[in-house]
Amino acid sequence: MEMSGSVWAGQDTTPAKIEAAVRDLLRERHARSEAYVPARVLNLVVVADREWRGEIQNRLDQVGRFHASRTILCCVEERRETIDAWATTEGQRATGPTDVSVLHEQVVLDLGPRHLDHLETIVGPLVVTDLPTLVWSPHGHPEAVDALLDLAQIVLIDSVHEPDPDGAVRRAMQLGERTYIVDLAWLRSTPWRERVAFAFEPTQWRGELGKISSVTVKHRPDSRAAGLLFLGWLAKRLDWEPGSMLDQNGALHGSAHARRQDVTLRLEPDETMSAPGLAGVAIDTASGLSISLDRGSGGLKARRRLPDGRESEWTVMGASRGEAGILGEGIRQALLRDRTYRPALSAARAMLG
Amino acid sequence: MATVPSKAEEKQQNPLAEGLERLPVHPTILTIFGATGDLSNRKLLPALYNLAHEGALPERFNLIGSSRGEMSDEEFRTQAKESIEEYSRRTVDEKVLSALLEGARYVTGSFDDPSVYEQLGKATSELDEEAGIVYNRVYYLSTAPSFFPVIVGQIGEHGLDHNAGSEVRVVIEKPIGTNLQEARDLNTAVLDVLDEDQVFRIDHYLGKETVQNVLAFRFANGLFEPIWNRNFIDFVQITAAEDIGIGTRAGYYDKSGALRDLVQNHMLQLLTLLCMEPPVSFSADEVRDEKVKVLHAIHPPEPEEVAEMATRAQYDAGVAAGEEVEGYLQEEDVPEDSSTETYAALRLEVDNWRWAGVPIYLRAGKRLARKVTEIAVSLKPVPHLAFQQDGSVGVQPNQIVLTMQPNEGVSISIGAKIPGTRMRIRPVNMEFLYGTAFMSESPEAYERLIMDAMRGDATLFTRDDEVEAQWTIMDPILQAWAAEPGPIAKYPAGSGGPREADSILENDHGWRAI
Repeated sequence: MEMSGSVWAGQDTTPAKIEAAVRDLLRERHARSEAYVPARVLNLVVVADREWRGEIQNRLDQVGRFHASRTILCCVEERRETIDAWATTEGQRATGPTDVSVLHEQVVLDLGPRHLDHLETIVGPLVVTDLPTLVWSPHGHPEAVDALLDLAQIVLIDSVHEPDPDGAVRRAMQLGERTYIVDLAWLRSTPWRERVAFAFEPTQWRGELGKISSVTVKHRPDSRAAGLLFLGWLAKRLDWEPGSMLDQNGALHGSAHARRQDVTLRLEPDETMSAPGLAGVAIDTASGLSISLDRGSGGLKARRRLPDGRESEWTVMGASRGEAGILGEGIRQALLRDRTYRPALSAARAMLG
Repeated sequence: MATVPSKAEEKQQNPLAEGLERLPVHPTILTIFGATGDLSNRKLLPALYNLAHEGALPERFNLIGSSRGEMSDEEFRTQAKESIEEYSRRTVDEKVLSALLEGARYVTGSFDDPSVYEQLGKATSELDEEAGIVYNRVYYLSTAPSFFPVIVGQIGEHGLDHNAGSEVRVVIEKPIGTNLQEARDLNTAVLDVLDEDQVFRIDHYLGKETVQNVLAFRFANGLFEPIWNRNFIDFVQITAAEDIGIGTRAGYYDKSGALRDLVQNHMLQLLTLLCMEPPVSFSADEVRDEKVKVLHAIHPPEPEEVAEMATRAQYDAGVAAGEEVEGYLQEEDVPEDSSTETYAALRLEVDNWRWAGVPIYLRAGKRLARKVTEIAVSLKPVPHLAFQQDGSVGVQPNQIVLTMQPNEGVSISIGAKIPGTRMRIRPVNMEFLYGTAFMSESPEAYERLIMDAMRGDATLFTRDDEVEAQWTIMDPILQAWAAEPGPIAKYPAGSGGPREADSILENDHGWRAI
C-alpha cells in the first residue's frame, strides 16, 4: 500500500510549539483533501533510551493495524538539556473519490534525564484529550512512568524483561495499585490459557478440573514470570491456595492446596525455546486423565491420555503472533479490561513467597 | 467408545472460561454440503482458515466436505487449500492451513443419495471414537435452495438430526423460499425434522460489524433514544445501492430481482434493527422477538395499494465509471423480454406507538451511481426559525446517517453559523468513521456467523416466524408485479435511479443522492 505523510521538525522547542505544529499538519492535510481524517483511538507514550530509538521505532512499525492513533516517543539522551522534536502524520494515500485515509500522528522527542521527573508537563499538552493514554517504558525509567501516572490510564509492562521475576511481580503489583496494567508476559500466556480452558470445555472433562493433581509449565529460561502468571491464573480460577515455590536446579517446585487434594506445581526452564514465553503445559488429574500442550507446527500439539490408558494427539490450530504481534496485542488490550490478571498476579506473588 | 456426559456434568460451568476474550466452543465436526461451490470456496473455507489462524476454532475441529463431484479426500484438500490461498483476508500461514486441512474428509454423492448420509454417520462416529469424545455436529447447507428440504429430510431419515451427548445444528443459506408459501413449506419441512433452536438461517448482513453497531448506536447511547420516535423523526431512508451490474449471475438474478435479492432479507433486517424496541437482554429469542414485532407492525399492502408504495425499474445502457455499459436486457443470458427489476423502492410504515406516520423508504438497485449501503434518519425541522435565511442555504433538518459501506460510520448533520458578521447558517457534518476509532480489523461476516452457529448462539440468525413475516410484507408486491409482466421503467446505468421512484415519496421528501 502506498503511504502519504507530512513532517515537521523543531529544535530546542516547547510542547506548545509541537502541539501547534501537529494541529497545523492535520489542518494542511485536511485542506488538501477531505479524504484524510485523523484516527482517534488511543495515545501511546513511549519512553526509551535514545540509542535504542531505531529498534523501538521498528517494533512500533511492525505492530500492523494495532497502531495507537497518536504516538509520542520520548527518547532519553544522557546530558541533553533541550528538547528537539519531529512530528509526522501518515496514512494510506487516498486515490478514489470515496476513499477515506485514516491518519496516525507521531511525535518523536529527544530530551534529557532532567526532563523525566516532570515528563507529564511535556507530554500532557501533546496527548489528545479524552482518549485513553497508554505508557510504555521498555528501558526502565521508572521516574518517567511515575510522572505520567496521573496522565495515563494504562501502563504497558513486560514482566519477562524485568531482571528477576520477584521484582517483576512486585513492580506490577505496585503499578496495579495506581493504574490499569497490560502485561506482555500475561498476553504471551493467553493462547495457553485459552487452550487449557478449551481442553476442559467438553462437559465430560469439566469435573476433572476439581481433580487436578499436578501442573508442569515449561518456559524460556528468562520467561519465568509468564509461567508464574499462568499458574497464578489456574490457581485463582480453580480456588487453589498456592504456597511458596522453591528453586531446585533452576526449576521452581511447589504446591497449591485445592479442595480435594494438593496440587504439585512445577516451573521448568526450556533451553530450546527461542521465543519468550511458555513452551508447554502438562496437567494430570487424580483419576488418571493427562493433558499436555506443547508448541508445534501450525499451533499447539495436544495430547490426551484417558484414565483407561487410551491416548490421542491432535493440533490445536493457531498462528504464532511473534513479538510484534504481542506488542500489537498489548496496545489493543489498552482498550479492554481483563479482570483476571490482577488475581493471577497476586497468586503469582504468593508463589514467590 | 466415546464418553457421553451425564446431566450433572452438562450443567457444570467451565471456570477457566471467565475473562477470556475467546470463549471455549465444544469440539465440532462441520460438514459443508456444496463444499466445492462458489460460496464455500470464496467465503466459508477462507472464514474457517481465518478462525483457525486466530486460534478461535474449537480445540478439536474436523471438516467434512460433501458434493456431487467425484473427488478424493486429497483432491478436496487441494481444492480447499487453493481457495483459501486465493480468498483469505490475511496472508496464509502454511502450517496452520495444513493443520486445518490434514484431517479433512470428502463424501461424494448427490444430496438425495442415502449412501451420502450413511457415510457421514460413519465418518462422524469414527471421529468420536478416535477422539474419545462426542463432537457437536454442524451441517452447513451451502447448496441450491431446492436441496434444503432434501438434505434435512435425509439427515432426519438417517438419524443424524440428534446425537446423544452433543448438539446437532443445521445452517441454512438464503434464500428461504422465493415467496411466503415456499418459505412456509421449507420451514415446515425443516421443522418436521429439527427443533427451531437447531436451525440457523443465515442472513450474512447480520454478521457485519456495522450492522450490529446499529444496536450499539441505539441502545448504548442516551443521546439518541429520546428522539427515536414519531415525535422527532420525519422519515427514514434505507439504501442498498450497487455500482456493478449482474455480471455472470443472470441465471439466478433474473429469477430473483432486487426485491427478493436484497429488500426481502437484508433491508428488512436493517429496518427491524432500526425500529425495534430495546430487548430485555441480548439473548437470541429476546432480540428476535422484538424484530418480529416490528415486522408484524408493517401492514402488507393490498393489491391496489402496491402502485403507490412500490416502484421497480431496470437499468438501461449508460455510462458507469466513465465506461459505456449495456442495459440489463442486453446482459448475457438475460431474456430479452425480462421484466425482472434491478431496482426496487418501497414506502413502508411501522404501525406502532413509536413509528406510526413515519414513512420508511427502502431502495435497492444495481448499476447505480456508486456503491453505498446506509440508513438515513431525517429529523423534523425545528418549530421556529429565528435566523435569517437569505444569503445562505438555510437551516436544514438534522439528519443521522448510519453507513454500512463503503465508509462505515455515523454522520450527523447539524446547523452551524457561517463565519462572518451575519447570522447565517449552513448544515455541517459531524462524522464518526469506524476506521478512525478502533485498531482492530472487522472480521468477515461469515467468520462471526460460523462461530456463532458452532457456539449455538442464534441472535444473528433469522427465526422461522421472522422469515415468514418478511415474506408476508413482500408477497403482495411480488404478486402485483407478476400480474403486470410487460416492460418496466428504465434508468440509465450509472445514474441515481429511476424518476419513477419519486412517485412513492410523501410530503415533499426527496431521495438522498447516491
